[in-house]
Amino acid sequence: MAASTTLGHLRTSFSRGSRLLANRRVSSGSHVASVQHYSSSILVELPETHELLRKTCRDFAEGELQHEAGKYDKQGFFPKEKIKAMGDLGLMGLNVPEEYGGTGMDYLAYAVAMEEISRGCATAGVIMSAHNSLYIAPIATFASEKQKEDWVTPFLDGDKIGCFGLSEPGNGSDAGAASTTAKDVGSKYLLNGTKAWITNGYESEASVVFATTDKSAKHKGISAFIVPKPTAGLSLGKKEDKLGIRGSSTCNLIFEDCEIPKENLLGQPGMGFKIAMITLDGGRIGIAGQALGIAQAAFDCAIDYAGKRMAFNGPIIKMQTIQTKLADMALRIESARLLTYKAATLKDNGKPFSKMAAMAKLAASETATFCAHQSIQILGGMGYVSDMPAERHYRDARITEIYEGTSEIQRLVIAGSLIKEYQAL
Amino acid sequence: MSLRVLVGCKRVIDYAVKIRVRPDKLGVVTDGVKHSMNPFDEIAIEEAVRLKEKKIAKEVVAVSCGPTQAQETIRTALAMGADRGIHVEIPAKEMEKLEPLHVSKILAKLAEQEQAELVIVGKQAIDDDSNATAQMTAALLDWPQATFASKLEKTDGELEVTREVDGGLETIKVKLPAVVSSDLRLNEPRYATLPNIMKAKKKKIAKMKPSDLGVNLASHLEVIEVVDPPTREAGIKVEDVDTLVTKLKDSGRI
Repeated sequence: MAASTTLGHLRTSFSRGSRLLANRRVSSGSHVASVQHYSSSILVELPETHELLRKTCRDFAEGELQHEAGKYDKQGFFPKEKIKAMGDLGLMGLNVPEEYGGTGMDYLAYAVAMEEISRGCATAGVIMSAHNSLYIAPIATFASEKQKEDWVTPFLDGDKIGCFGLSEPGNGSDAGAASTTAKDVGSKYLLNGTKAWITNGYESEASVVFATTDKSAKHKGISAFIVPKPTAGLSLGKKEDKLGIRGSSTCNLIFEDCEIPKENLLGQPGMGFKIAMITLDGGRIGIAGQALGIAQAAFDCAIDYAGKRMAFNGPIIKMQTIQTKLADMALRIESARLLTYKAATLKDNGKPFSKMAAMAKLAASETATFCAHQSIQILGGMGYVSDMPAERHYRDARITEIYEGTSEIQRLVIAGSLIKEYQAL
Repeated sequence: MSLRVLVGCKRVIDYAVKIRVRPDKLGVVTDGVKHSMNPFDEIAIEEAVRLKEKKIAKEVVAVSCGPTQAQETIRTALAMGADRGIHVEIPAKEMEKLEPLHVSKILAKLAEQEQAELVIVGKQAIDDDSNATAQMTAALLDWPQATFASKLEKTDGELEVTREVDGGLETIKVKLPAVVSSDLRLNEPRYATLPNIMKAKKKKIAKMKPSDLGVNLASHLEVIEVVDPPTREAGIKVEDVDTLVTKLKDSGRI
């Protein structure tokens, strides 16, 4: 059963009431959007199913991840059996419809699950997020039935995971400038080029890779391919030595005349950029969840310490400078969480959610770095050493402002949306 | 032989919460405080579900007595694998009057109505620590009881139960139907998997009132006062073992 943490923690307490969940599943054939009608607003409390999910994820994170996270970080160790356990719980196919072997839950559930898992271990969070949002989601959304059978269904149990190859050494934010090429040689495609910064690069057994079939068409020449791993012509670069999320592997995917069967094209030729952008929109909700988990963990660590650390004749939690820090941290967490829930709910209801997802990811990631920073400050010297998890949260938080769209890109996405809305008036 | 198992699960203040005494000193603060299923009841549910997986039980029915929120507790039991639930509704303001004897009467009546052959409850609830419901339920039903169970095995028409007692472990045989109370080491409850949480949404929870079962909530007990435990004092160091023994004897500790 869940062991009580050595640090104790502040549980966010949502008082639960009973509610009638009218749940209409709208199947678009390729991706299930379930229309949720809650009799009480999620601003007040989460639906029962989501609370049960939160409990499972929290108990798992506290019981299985929290005390091992430091070890995974220090050793750069991929927690294979924990990921398998998460698969057994249904976390590695959270949004996949039940008919493909998934759990069939909505994006709100995904956001909650990501936060709780990441609160225990940010590495487990990113592995789960990259797999669910970046590998499973585009295939579940854009693939043929056969492709789903081959590339989704076997990848839901936590044993087989996937990855997403968009960024390159020459372009991250500038995704439209992809220079990895896919040459149509009749019976197959030949991939050439390098993908960089690929999460789950080492452990994944398949990847969604973006390559251009027509450089002159710029971003409209990019197509998406499902690449099995290992495969001839694909080699992995060295494992990056990262500041944080050190248990997850990050490496280059190097393609040298890599042969990909024709039937591995995902969606239509030239659709790749669109697939990537749509995928990243959903991925932002997951990363927002991860950032919230890191922020919450940092906050829990700080408030617990402040309640126990004695200085100036009392626990430092009595001091105003500490109190204002705690208030600022909690405010940002609460705000980012509400944005994340809103983005998820908009997506679940089939509404445009791009701007909200960008706001959520931006808010949550900047919240994570803020809270981790303040957490170290509250811990003082103890925050700087590995005896306490604060320094790990600080290192884990940093990447959330960079991957799946830098904070700068998020601002541009938001502004783009605002301008469109303004010009439509 | 396939049993129907009735499991009692109580909604209590979560074990991790810092309990605060109410200003009127007649109870503890429950408003806005996190609640969850009594940990020993989680163990009871887990054991019942395992019996079903071993094909010893055919159905697991989870029962909870309480206000509307008790349904969350039942839903948790369903998510762990219970088949259906029964919510005996008791309004929030009457909850303070609810005593183990009332719950025992309710469980006994339900066990008869549902034709259960095994009732499993947690050995005690972490709020009142009464450790009485299992025993009284068995007495009302005139069934044998096996309390503080740390191991449960079915042998023909009987149960072989290992009990944790002060002196160590005691193994007894009880004929079915029987009442069992679960102790800490009986099992480790599973995490409710997400697919099971989804399945639980479709499982039925029947609602009823204590009066439907012929039980009235007349009080037999009155809470006189609830106070915090004494604040922990600093320890003292002594020179040697003899002084230690003397000090312990003087303060009446030994």
